[in-house]
Amino acid sequence: MTPFPGTDTIIELTYLIATALFVMSLKWMSSPTTARHGVWAGELGMLLAIVGTLLNRSIVDYKWVAIALVLGTIIGVPLGKVQMTAVPQRTALSHAFGACCVTLVGTAEFYLRAPAVPRFMMSVLSMEVILGSLTFTGSLMAAGKLQEILPQRPITFKGQNLVNLSMFLIAVGVAVYLVFHPDHTYLFPAILAIPLLFGVMMIIPIGGADMPTVISLLNAYAGLSASAMGFVLDSKLLIVAGALDGASGLILSVNMSKAMNRSFSNVLFGGFGQEQAGAKGAKEARPVRSASPEEAAEILAVASKVVIVPGYGMAVAQAQHKVRELYDNLTKRGIDVKFAIHPVAGRMPGHMNVLLAEADIPYDKLLDMDEINGEFPQTDVALIIGANDVTNPAARTDASSPIFGMPILDVDKAHTVMVIKRSMAAGFAGIDNPLYYLDKTLMLFGDAKGFVGSIVRELSGGGSHG
Amino acid sequence: MKMDLFTSAYVFLLAAFVGLEVIRRVSPLLHTPLMSLTNALDAIAVVGAILLAGEHKTTLSTVLGTIAIVAATSNVVGGFFITDRMLKMFKASRSPKP
Repeated sequence: MTPFPGTDTIIELTYLIATALFVMSLKWMSSPTTARHGVWAGELGMLLAIVGTLLNRSIVDYKWVAIALVLGTIIGVPLGKVQMTAVPQRTALSHAFGACCVTLVGTAEFYLRAPAVPRFMMSVLSMEVILGSLTFTGSLMAAGKLQEILPQRPITFKGQNLVNLSMFLIAVGVAVYLVFHPDHTYLFPAILAIPLLFGVMMIIPIGGADMPTVISLLNAYAGLSASAMGFVLDSKLLIVAGALDGASGLILSVNMSKAMNRSFSNVLFGGFGQEQAGAKGAKEARPVRSASPEEAAEILAVASKVVIVPGYGMAVAQAQHKVRELYDNLTKRGIDVKFAIHPVAGRMPGHMNVLLAEADIPYDKLLDMDEINGEFPQTDVALIIGANDVTNPAARTDASSPIFGMPILDVDKAHTVMVIKRSMAAGFAGIDNPLYYLDKTLMLFGDAKGFVGSIVRELSGGGSHG
Repeated sequence: MKMDLFTSAYVFLLAAFVGLEVIRRVSPLLHTPLMSLTNALDAIAVVGAILLAGEHKTTLSTVLGTIAIVAATSNVVGGFFITDRMLKMFKASRSPKP
């Protein structure tokens, strides 16, 4: 490339415009009506920045760059085409890829600069590499658990937190030593290897229901490590993009931890996972009322307001399209149907919304917890599909319950509660749900997809109510 | 050098506050696409990887840079693609169906 005056200015300009477009992109995400503009702004900004970078005169060899760009695109396309139910594991995987990029660049930068690395530079470089490598393995583990390649059941052992904490502290200790003695390059692999192991250990004790928090937290780490990389490379664009990503992950983590009634510091240091505060072995056999699809259909047909509460069970059973049929049927009868979405329903923030939107349910019928809770007292039927702990009234009333204080959907205030559930097995937290023993509650035992399908058949077939 | 790092710190600080303010306004409805979008934007790290691979300073830096480009590019492509797919599905009640 023939250098001509002003190239550097042009490159800086592309970065500046890209930065503005990135901020706009997130601003447009505030509403579903403008959100797609956000994607286009992001794409344009990305394109500008990449083209600007390719103009850089210090690039002497385009061969590997070109090959890598093509290869990345080939891998990226199928990752953009995954099923909506697989979005949580895809997201975890993409956090791993982002962290992988940051860690590799950080490693290369260290060996290019060593042994004379200024202190401040070494500090941000260590942060980049430590956060990057723990996010890399942590996200791979999370993706593996979500994809069910790895056992989803949390694995815990005695002194786990102590082991994890000391591993993390050793890595930080080595990093601090390197800041003052960057010429001891042989120590550098330690701040790669220990966090890589830490990432694995951090996710081992995590169960499925904690995934929304964990994914958000890994998102924040990935953003912060990218920002640290921006410090190292003196790229303001990267600092901004990383800070935006970090802020987003932070906000989601805070939301998720609030929705699970965990303190934020508890989450920040990976202290999540089950407390195992004494899962009750023997459960008293209390009577419940169960109902058939016909009975459920009859009650729904005469309701005037129905709120459907979906949970991860709906996703597992792939019941969202049957739920849409039920929604269509009830709406045609003039029944007001809404969906109540708890922040931690599903396996990542917003998971239920995406599944229901895919099933063509209008987004203005999807209400979050704060919006819907006031409506339950006027609701004729609350229909719970595959959710458990987020509806447990013990969180409000029973101070001895492990989930006491967790914000829940007040389904018990509806006139009738119907719960579609496979069996009486306890939910993730291993806690019995008093909701099931209320007089107003009907248990609908069966597979979510099958049961909803039967209700729809009853409603559209013989049922002459309505 | 020192001043550069301070400038960077100011940039980070301001961007973090802008990020918190802007993202606080994102509806919980869109939290999943938000995460895939910020993930794609985060992959702007590809810019650093391109320079690393292209400058060809050492074999190690070229190899690591090349792998880093692959990882980041797949996030750029996959991230924007799936975000747009998700957002396309969100329709309001009264929007006429094609």
